[in-house]
Amino acid sequence: MIVEAPASPLARYALRRADDALILGHRLSEWSAMAPTLEEEMALSNMALDLIGQSRALYTYAGEVEGKGQSEDDFAYMRREREYQNILLVERPNGDFAQTMLRQFFFAAFAYPYWLAMMRSTDATLAAIAAKSEKEIAYHLRHSSEWVLRLGDGTAESHRRLAEALEELWPYTGELFAVLPDETALIAAGVAVDPDTLRGEWEATVRAVLERATLAMPSGGWMQQGGREGRHSEHLGHLLAELQYVPRMIPGATW
Amino acid sequence: MPTPNTPLWEVFIRSRNGLSHRHAGSLHAADATLALQAARDLYTRRGEGLSLWVVPSSAIVASDPQDKGMMFEPTASKIYRHPTFYDIPDEVGHM
Amino acid sequence: MYTQALNQRGEGDERLLEDAAALERFQARIDAEERIEPNDWMPAQYRRTLTRQISQHAHSEIIGMQPEGNWITRAPSLRRKAALLAKIQDECGHGLYLYAAAETLGTSREELLDQLHSGRAKYSSIFNYPTLTWADMGTIGWLVDGAAIMNQIPLCRCSYGPYARAMIRVCKEESFHQRQGYEIMLALSRGNDEQKAMAQDALNRWWWPCLMMFGPPDTASQHSDASMRWKIKRFSNDELRQKFIDATVPQAHFLGLTIPDPELRCVDGHWQHGPLDWDEFARVIAGHGQCNRDRMAVRRRAHAEGEWVREAAAAFAAKHSAQLAAE
Repeated sequence: MIVEAPASPLARYALRRADDALILGHRLSEWSAMAPTLEEEMALSNMALDLIGQSRALYTYAGEVEGKGQSEDDFAYMRREREYQNILLVERPNGDFAQTMLRQFFFAAFAYPYWLAMMRSTDATLAAIAAKSEKEIAYHLRHSSEWVLRLGDGTAESHRRLAEALEELWPYTGELFAVLPDETALIAAGVAVDPDTLRGEWEATVRAVLERATLAMPSGGWMQQGGREGRHSEHLGHLLAELQYVPRMIPGATW
Repeated sequence: MPTPNTPLWEVFIRSRNGLSHRHAGSLHAADATLALQAARDLYTRRGEGLSLWVVPSSAIVASDPQDKGMMFEPTASKIYRHPTFYDIPDEVGHM
Repeated sequence: MYTQALNQRGEGDERLLEDAAALERFQARIDAEERIEPNDWMPAQYRRTLTRQISQHAHSEIIGMQPEGNWITRAPSLRRKAALLAKIQDECGHGLYLYAAAETLGTSREELLDQLHSGRAKYSSIFNYPTLTWADMGTIGWLVDGAAIMNQIPLCRCSYGPYARAMIRVCKEESFHQRQGYEIMLALSRGNDEQKAMAQDALNRWWWPCLMMFGPPDTASQHSDASMRWKIKRFSNDELRQKFIDATVPQAHFLGLTIPDPELRCVDGHWQHGPLDWDEFARVIAGHGQCNRDRMAVRRRAHAEGEWVREAAAAFAAKHSAQLAAE
């Protein structure tokens, strides 16, 4: 019943991006009925739906590449904590609205140029997924940027909360640029993008928005790593316990 | 202290090019940027539009229904504004 | 989208205080199937009745997000998760359309929400029942949304323009909700024994509360005369309930499920049901359902925890209004 890690580096690569999208989408979906305004409820759900959709396309492709008949749900529901390879940033608990929006902003500021570059992937399926994801993430970036501005430059309380979120989340931004050994050949072949080439744009976007939000861009510091290799925070296990509960309670059932 | 009432905005959607923007509904947002994003998230979830306008509801000036007679009824008698008012023999053909 | 006919006390006969001629003209417009628009003259009781009905309807949408929201993070497949999340998002959207319609009658969103948070406003009793298993998501979509649609389709012809227009949009968007639920039930009824039992258990728990969504029996409901006269309401509670049962019973049979009513039988093409527990209905409306307190606590907490965010947006707008206007 347990789904093994795929042997194909391409399938593993797709799976990691799928995990990022699913876990972040799942986190956003936890906001349901709790958003600060009803209008924002709509925005959070829209972003969650975009990300869940991206994860489904990527899981499905990973299954196709691997060729062992694994479905999107096999990957999502039948792997354990150690087999999930999302970055630590996306599994951070929602915290308050400032933490959720800053997490979204950090992720989107990377994912937007990432998917834009992936539209030129030599892998046609990844390029097609990129073309769809780029538009979705462009909106996430705009929406989260606007909120970062408003929270940073709003009231003393919102500024304080955003500053706390920045301190809490900053150490998780380094992993956005992590490259695993099995990914270098994919980068060389033009299938994948070298995330290091996106670092300049990410930093420029983050610096510009933080400055307008009257917050200073942190510099350097220790960066947490491990999610990509399956060494997660304690939070992921609880998320997966919820996510996987029903299919694991009645194994083999069709839903 | 409770938050002051968040401004109300009217949303207009152009469903496709060639058509004019049409009133879709309203929403609340603190400013124009958030209003436009909320309009997108609330009123275009099913591909309803290609273009959005948001207008502060307070900016709309409406005619008074009490004035309906003076505003709109005098046109009813101006039937010479309509093509069917004029008699043209059938032999002339379509005009 | 959920509406419920709740008992509304008549409020004295203030019609006498209003201009009899204006009332007559108003009724003539209604009788001629004209729509009433926000700036038109309307009797005070028409305005009050509508404000209450539309806002209760909106509150039901917003509170109604919670029972299903209980399963978003536990949906058993990604396809189901996306569909459920989109459905709950629609409910929020429908709440927003409805608040906007209610606001055209002169009460602000803030005030309407305050009525909900302070417990002065009601919402549909159905949401005070807990969602215990995944099958509840199927049952809610199939039955609760099915009952809501029965209620809502006639409201598309309601005499008040903004409410009717909101309902048209809502009905159009909701067409997938019931199918979403029924498809979940289909999958369960074609599944293994555990899944079938789960489906039957959910039907057993939701059937009677769903029938009560249509409100008290016509014999006990003395308030709908005005609503009928004003074409806010076009069918009686019992008429709608009967329509719902007739539509639903064959759907249950198709699933191989048993309606939990030993007295259910078909007479002249209509399914007759056993007695409903109106004491339970009254108890739940009065706040003693299993989830009334939890639902309100979540809604109040969301509003309270969002306060600083709304303040920040307002402060930013005040600071930057000049800039935004110039852009």
